[in-house]
Formats: sequence, C-alpha cells, structure tokens
Amino acid sequence: MPESTSSSNKPDPAQQTPQPVTAIPALAQAARERKTVRGPSVLERIRHTHPRSSRIPDAIFAVLILLTAASVFAIVVFVLWELFDKSRLSLHQFGLHFFFGHDWDPVNDQYGAMPFIYGTLMSSFLALLLAVPLSIGVAVYVTEMCPQRLRSIISFLVELLAAIPSVIYGLWAIFVLAPLLRDYIQPFLAKVLGWTGFFSGPIYGLGMLAAGIILAIMIVPIVASITREVLAAVPQNQREAVLALGATRWEMIRMGVLRNARIGIVGAVILGLGRALGETMAVTMVIGNRPEVSKSLFAPGYTMASVIANEFSEATGDMYLSALVEIGLALFLVTLIVNAMARLLVWSITGGSGGRARA
Amino acid sequence: MNRSLKVLLCLFALAVGCMAQTTLNGAGATFPYPIYSKWFSEYHNQHSDVQVNYQSIGSGGGIRQVQAGTVDFGATDGPMSDEQIAQSKVKVLHVPTVLGAVVPAYNISGVSQEVKFTPEVIAGIFLGKISNWNDAAIAKANPDIKFPSQNITVVHRSDGSGTSYIFTDYLSKISSDWQSATGKGTSVKWPVGVGGKGNEGVAGMIRNLPGSIGYIELIYALQNKINFGSVKNSSGTFVKASLESTTAAAQGVKMPADFRVSITNPPGKNAYPIASFTWLLVPTSPTDKTKGKMVKDLVLWALDNGEGMAAGLSYAPLPKEVVDKVKATVNQQVK
Repeated sequence: MPESTSSSNKPDPAQQTPQPVTAIPALAQAARERKTVRGPSVLERIRHTHPRSSRIPDAIFAVLILLTAASVFAIVVFVLWELFDKSRLSLHQFGLHFFFGHDWDPVNDQYGAMPFIYGTLMSSFLALLLAVPLSIGVAVYVTEMCPQRLRSIISFLVELLAAIPSVIYGLWAIFVLAPLLRDYIQPFLAKVLGWTGFFSGPIYGLGMLAAGIILAIMIVPIVASITREVLAAVPQNQREAVLALGATRWEMIRMGVLRNARIGIVGAVILGLGRALGETMAVTMVIGNRPEVSKSLFAPGYTMASVIANEFSEATGDMYLSALVEIGLALFLVTLIVNAMARLLVWSITGGSGGRARA
Repeated sequence: MNRSLKVLLCLFALAVGCMAQTTLNGAGATFPYPIYSKWFSEYHNQHSDVQVNYQSIGSGGGIRQVQAGTVDFGATDGPMSDEQIAQSKVKVLHVPTVLGAVVPAYNISGVSQEVKFTPEVIAGIFLGKISNWNDAAIAKANPDIKFPSQNITVVHRSDGSGTSYIFTDYLSKISSDWQSATGKGTSVKWPVGVGGKGNEGVAGMIRNLPGSIGYIELIYALQNKINFGSVKNSSGTFVKASLESTTAAAQGVKMPADFRVSITNPPGKNAYPIASFTWLLVPTSPTDKTKGKMVKDLVLWALDNGEGMAAGLSYAPLPKEVVDKVKATVNQQVK
C-alpha cells in the first residue's frame, strides 16, 4: 500500500528507522518548555514523528476526527439555514417588528414574539436566581462538610432528580406546587412584597413564579453535580494552605475552594441556563400560557419553546407556520446571545485566559 | 457462503410475501384517534390484506400531509377553509365520521349542582365581561343556586386543538362581540384566562383553581366523571351534553354537498349546541388507483359497520340520514 502514495521518493529501510529517534527529542523539547504540542498541523506532525508505515492509518484517523468536529459546524449552519428558509414568509411580512411585537393572533395572522422572548428569559432568570445558591450550597456541603456516609446518599438523590422526566415535574407542579403557591406562598409574598409590583394581581398559583420554581428544581441537579465535581477537583493543598494561614472554615471555603473553582461554577451555571431556556413540557404545564408581558410574577406568561410545542401540530396557514418557525429562530438567537454573554462573563473573570479552569 | 446466500434469498422471498399486504397511511386529528384505531384494527381483522396505519399528528398536520400527498387519507376536526381548498392540488372529500361535543366544566366554591349556562353568560365570561360568579346574569338562569362572590378564572386550551375550534366557532355564532374581537380557530387570542395543555391540563387546572371555568371534550368529561353544566340551545331549552343530544345536533342541520358544515348552535329542541363533526379527508382522484379503491372501501365499511361501535367509546354516532347521504356521495365522487 505505501508504494502508491510515495512512489516518487521511495525510502530505503535504513533511512526509515532513525526518523522516530530524531522526532522524540523534539517532543521532549516541547514538553520541557511546557508547551502544548500544537504543531503546524496534525498531518504534518504525524509525518515528522511517525514511521511511514503508520502514517496512513493516522492520517485517516485525523481526517475522521476532523470530520466529526466539522459536523458540529455543519449541523449548526444547517439548522440556522432551515430556520431562515422556513420563516421567510413572516420575516418578509413583519421584519424586525416581529421580535418586538406584542400581538399573537393566529385568527388574524398577526404575530409578535416579545411576550414569548420575555417569558423565556424571565422564567430562566428566576430559575437561576433560585437554583444557583441552592446548588452551590449542596455542592459545598457534599464536598467540604458532609460525613462520608451521607455524601453518597445526597449525591445519589441529586442525580435522581435529574432522571425524573419533565412531564412528571409538570404534573407535580400542577397538583402540588400550584395549590401550595396559591394558598400559602403567594398570599404571603403579596402581603410582604406586594409594594414592589412583582408580587401583585390575582393569584392563580400557576404563572411565571411557578414556572421559575419548577425550572429551578429541574436545573439544580445539573448545576449541583457539576459544581460538586469542580469543587472536588480543587487540590487539597490549597485548602490546607488557607487553613495554615489561620482561616476559619468559611474563609477556607470562600478563598481556598470557591475562588479557585469559580470558572467551573460559571460553566455549570451556563449548562443549567441552557436547560432552562429550552425546557418545554414542564413549563407549558404551569406557566399559564398567556402571551403577555406583565411585571407581576403572579401573572401567567408564555415561553418560546412552549408556543412552538403547543401550536405547531394544529397550525394550518402558511403565515402561521412561518411565524412559529421564526419563534424557533428567535429562540436560537436568544440562546446564542445568552451563551455568548456567559462566555464573555467567563473571560472577564479569568482575565482572558480562555476559560480553562485553573482548579 | 452458499448456505447464507440461500438463507438471504429465503428472507427476501418472505419479505416479498409480506408485501402482499397493503398498508394504507393516514394522519391527522387526535380527537377521533381512539375510535379510528378501533375501526382500523377491526377492519384488518376482517380484511387481512389491508393494514391501516393512522398517526394522530393533529388536524393541521393531517390537512398538510394530505395536500402534499404523503398519506392516503387525512383527518381533521375543523373543515378545511375555502382558501386551503383553493390552494390544494389534491382534491379531497370531507367525510364526516362521528360527532364530538364540548362541555363547560367549572369549580365554584360551595356549588355542587349542575349550573345552567345561557349563550350570553358563556360569551360574557369568556370575553371577560362577566368576572364574578355572583353576576346577575348567571343568577337569573339559575334561580335555585346560591352563587358565592368569587372571581371567575377562565381556563382555555393552550395547545392548538379541534376542541378550541368547536368552542370558538360556537362563541362566534352566538356573540358578535366575540366574532369581531377574537374569531374562531384552533388557537385564538383569548381575551382573558390561562391556558392548560390538553383536556387533562384544562381539567387539572379547573380542579385546582376555585372559581374557574373551562371547556373540555364531552368524552373526556364522561370517562373521567367530571361534572359539567348544561347549555341553552337555539330553541330555548337547556340541554346537557350526551351522546344522544350530540347526535341530535346533526339531525336538524341541512347538509351541504361537500359536508363542510358547522353544526354549532343548530336548530332542534333536543340538540346540544356545542357540537361538531370530525372528518376524514379522502382524495377524490388518488394517484394510486388501487390504494384509492382500498381507502374508499375502508370508508364505506366504517360508515356501515363503524357507527355502531362509536357509542361504546363515548363517541356520538352520525344520524342515519346523514350516513346514507355520505355513503351516496362517497360512491359517486371518490374514483
């Protein structure tokens, strides 16, 4: 086989053997300088470091791996293109106004995405607000303060939460959470914090607040288990060093552990946010499905994922379908923007070192 | 090598043998899915060479698929609009199969009796003009019930559905305000209220929200033993929805030639006013003639033998005269 590829300069066996020997010091040199071994290109490096007989399988491997990586780009581009293509009708009809319009009226073919964009962002933000402190607390307790025996039980329970299907969360929210909110929590909030305007209006139990809470419960397992892994990865000597300086336990956790792990924690939060933005079923069941922007968290809302799931199967008109696809496009863009902002946040924390956890 | 080749050939022959059985593909409405699957499995028992594969993807999907020619027949809870028919390359016949009704269900603190609803009260509540159960209009229709002072919460379907279509179609007929402000459709811009997903979502919300009212399918209410109110029909009688009163709704209506007819608010003393047909969409000149003939046979069989099975699954069967007329039309129009 090698003959066909290198017939022009066919090497004699004597030349072939020394090649790896000369290559190894180069590698060692790179390692000594603590550089990551990033040559001019994968293929070129293979040519330098390997005997000719193993080049071809390696080259095939490199190409295959490159293809798998490229497929991610291809999928993203394809999805984006499809979304643009299928929503052309409503893009043309409503233009940018689609993203800021408040009207959603399939009967008269008037579409605006603002209530849905607001609902998605607001419910996810609420979920983060509730879930992040809780998750970090769980993770700190499990890694730093928990007796060994309890540790595996808590970890198991947290992971169990992640395995519950979202429709079960939704049903639980309708039959347990919503009555609880309506009878006890919301009247209390209205009395104490009603003056802020965030907790006022008629009390249904269902609504933005219920959606935020159920989302929070759903993302706690993700955020907590990743945070736990990140905290566990902080080297023991960091903790010992802080303690040796006379720090209390809280100071040790704050300076020795959380500070070192902050980038990983932000990463965990971003993953949780991703789930919150896209969650459909449980949110649909409790948010009240009313396309309105209202300041009060008691009021019903609507999210982008919910409206697509609710209305797509029975949508008949071309413009209606197109508008629903454009909601999908909006969801795609919102997710993109939120993730980009989160990435910027990570960069600003790490001082531009590219998000590689130092922990 | 030789043996495995033989095995392969045998398998191939087997596969070809199986293909003697024809599969008809249908897609569409979710509401009649239980009765359709019973019909189609029964039909397969009697005609082992025909297998019907029906997917309940929703009426909108059913209409689109039949227009695109990807299925042999479609099904819908709301008739195709004139515009859709004009755009469609595939000419279809609407074949009414069974009837469905939509009922008002409610949860009023301290009221366990059957509440009577007039069209004005229903429209007023769903428009948001009547916002408390102690409203005079409600009390007037129900002199023997004492209503509490409780805010009304309207619960509607959040997913696009034939149920919403029937209900908003009814509201559009009885209230000009509704007609101009909202109109009819599988999803509409509801003036007030919160949305629940599916019959079970709406029923769950009503159960958990004191003071709430919503609309659900009659079948769902019957099967889950949910109480619902009676509605005043066009001849002034309060009628509670039942299979009989739903069938009665189809009796008084004059059937047009294409069967695309709304039977909400029909004439007739015993007719329940919020009812509708559900339709099969059958291509009148199918590209595949053999399959087309099979679909025609299937539809005729269902009209002859299927109606008797309807009541067992809580569907209201078509009146006799409608069945006869539909059969004649199918025989005449479907080639």
